[in-house]
Amino acid sequence: MITEPISPKTGKTSLPPEGLASRRGIWQSWQDRTPLGWLQLKRQKSRMVVAVAGIAFADLLMFAQLGIQAALFDSNTLLLSHLNADIVIRGSQYRDLSLTTTFPRRRLYQAQSVEGIAHADPIYIASVNWKNPQTRHKTQITVLGQSLERPALNLPEIAQQLDTITLLDTVLFDRLSRGTYQEVVQQVAQGESVNTEIDRRTIRVAGLFSLGASFATDGTIVASQDSFLRLFPERTSGQVSLGLLQIKPGHDPQQVVEALRVTLPKDVLINTKLDFLNLERAYWSQRTPIGLVFNFGTIMAFVVGIVIVFQILSTDVNDHLAEYATFKAMGYRDRYLLAIVFEEAIILAVIGFIPGLALALAQYRLIQVAAALPIGMTAARLFFVFGLTVLMCCFSGAIATRKLQSADPADIF
Amino acid sequence: MNNTTFPLPVIAISHLDHTFGQGSLQKQVLFDINLQIQAGEIVIMSGPSGSGKTTLLSLLGGLRSAQAGSLKVLGRELVGSPAEQLVGSRRQIGYIFQAHNLHNSLTARQNVMMGLEVLGRQTRAERQSKATAILEQVGLGERLDYYPDNLSGGQKQRVAIARALVRHPQILLADEPTAALDKKAGRDVVEIMQKLAQEQGCTILLVTHDNRILDIADRLIYMEDGRLQQDQAIGSFLQSPSLSHP
Repeated sequence: MITEPISPKTGKTSLPPEGLASRRGIWQSWQDRTPLGWLQLKRQKSRMVVAVAGIAFADLLMFAQLGIQAALFDSNTLLLSHLNADIVIRGSQYRDLSLTTTFPRRRLYQAQSVEGIAHADPIYIASVNWKNPQTRHKTQITVLGQSLERPALNLPEIAQQLDTITLLDTVLFDRLSRGTYQEVVQQVAQGESVNTEIDRRTIRVAGLFSLGASFATDGTIVASQDSFLRLFPERTSGQVSLGLLQIKPGHDPQQVVEALRVTLPKDVLINTKLDFLNLERAYWSQRTPIGLVFNFGTIMAFVVGIVIVFQILSTDVNDHLAEYATFKAMGYRDRYLLAIVFEEAIILAVIGFIPGLALALAQYRLIQVAAALPIGMTAARLFFVFGLTVLMCCFSGAIATRKLQSADPADIF
Repeated sequence: MNNTTFPLPVIAISHLDHTFGQGSLQKQVLFDINLQIQAGEIVIMSGPSGSGKTTLLSLLGGLRSAQAGSLKVLGRELVGSPAEQLVGSRRQIGYIFQAHNLHNSLTARQNVMMGLEVLGRQTRAERQSKATAILEQVGLGERLDYYPDNLSGGQKQRVAIARALVRHPQILLADEPTAALDKKAGRDVVEIMQKLAQEQGCTILLVTHDNRILDIADRLIYMEDGRLQQDQAIGSFLQSPSLSHP
């Protein structure tokens, strides 16, 4: 006969937790347990479909916000991340790459005398309107002028074509630029050069490289510094945009940076390339509204998800209130009932995440093709959004179960 | 454990009061209840609506916290006992409601198995065979895998009885189990309840308005305005003018 191990004298009992007797293993208990949450969901398919669609939609929105945000930061620091340097010098007024600020070239000569510096090369960066060789429409493009001794970007195609740009008014063109450039790219790839105009000066596109467009610029061309200065007669070779420093082997970049800071006047800022990249990234995420906007979008998607899942789960709890009260009357504890709702929440999170992820991947592909942005799924983001989904569903479950927790089961009727 | 191990009354109530609400909204619903029920007895409690029958039953079942007086169920004092003890008490009692309250996402057999799962010491296979056996006893051997939606009212109430009795409780509390049933189904349900309970040596306290089933009782008690009015043997009760000439 099945009874509680109770002693009538003391009234003390040791209650086993529902479905989890300590004498049996956890796995055995798990198998023996009635999967009520799953059975409840399965029995109401239309409700489950609505919940899954809502979660998938919230996930799609979160992936979109986070993905585009990451693409924005990645693309805006794309050029800087490919700089061929260990240490970067910039003017003290520097804010970001799109705002042209310069510093005296003398600082680079001074830097060269610092212990551990191998080379110090200037680069010149500016935006200009050029005529798209294919459509003959004017569009904005970033011009990078560099010295001819070393490639300014760590792209093999640029290193191989340094000879090409020794010719004045000859440029290399980023084949991943945003816009209608297919014919230009094709022609140049076949070895023919394409002519176009910048400020009525004829420019020859004689080679290609692969960098990528960003939010700030549609495309990039690389020229020699002499060609650059001919495009911008108001600038002199003494005003450089950035200084690219390479250090001799065996020197610690951080120590060299310290030495440079001591030697050079305060009109320049000096950082290792990695620090510089992080500063630039922090600028875009913190000092511009971009990070805020996308984070807000992510939070909105999260809230929408909570509302949808809460609606579903609280309807479900209300529908089963009499049954849950009966379970309580049979001796089930509150936590068993809460576990049913959380089981439902987690099942919904997992089932909803899968279509959400599939939709997000399709959406990323679309953005890559249509907007020429470097957007892609990362493992970190995948797990992050999955975590948010589980959190979203559990949070909804926690609100939906408040009604279950009143002390006396008789009050539920 | 069998009821014979309980020489004491399985239910012993003395001077029990119960009050709902707070402050000026306070309303006393039970007044100085005294009642003893011996092991194996079948007791029927009747009385008008709102007289406090269901409240007394829910206190006995550990569904509500008892407030004042003394309420001993199977030797355990429920007045002022902590929530965890009430949970333990609920596990020893079978409770049948006016509505069947079966879980509509579970089959008849799964519903009955839930009555055992709470005890947490049987494998699924053990629970399944016990549930099957008791459903056969209540005449539902052909309907093991039916969902409640596909069962009649009487069949659902029989599943609820199987769920309450599958773990062999020492006390069965039933709150108007026949109220939603027609005469025949109601009679069947009560007879099944009586038969199974007697086989198991289970004590029954049944609340009902239904005069048609009074004959199964060993003893009748009558509740009015929160007070137990009568406590008498069945013969004199049935002959009382209020019942023989309604």
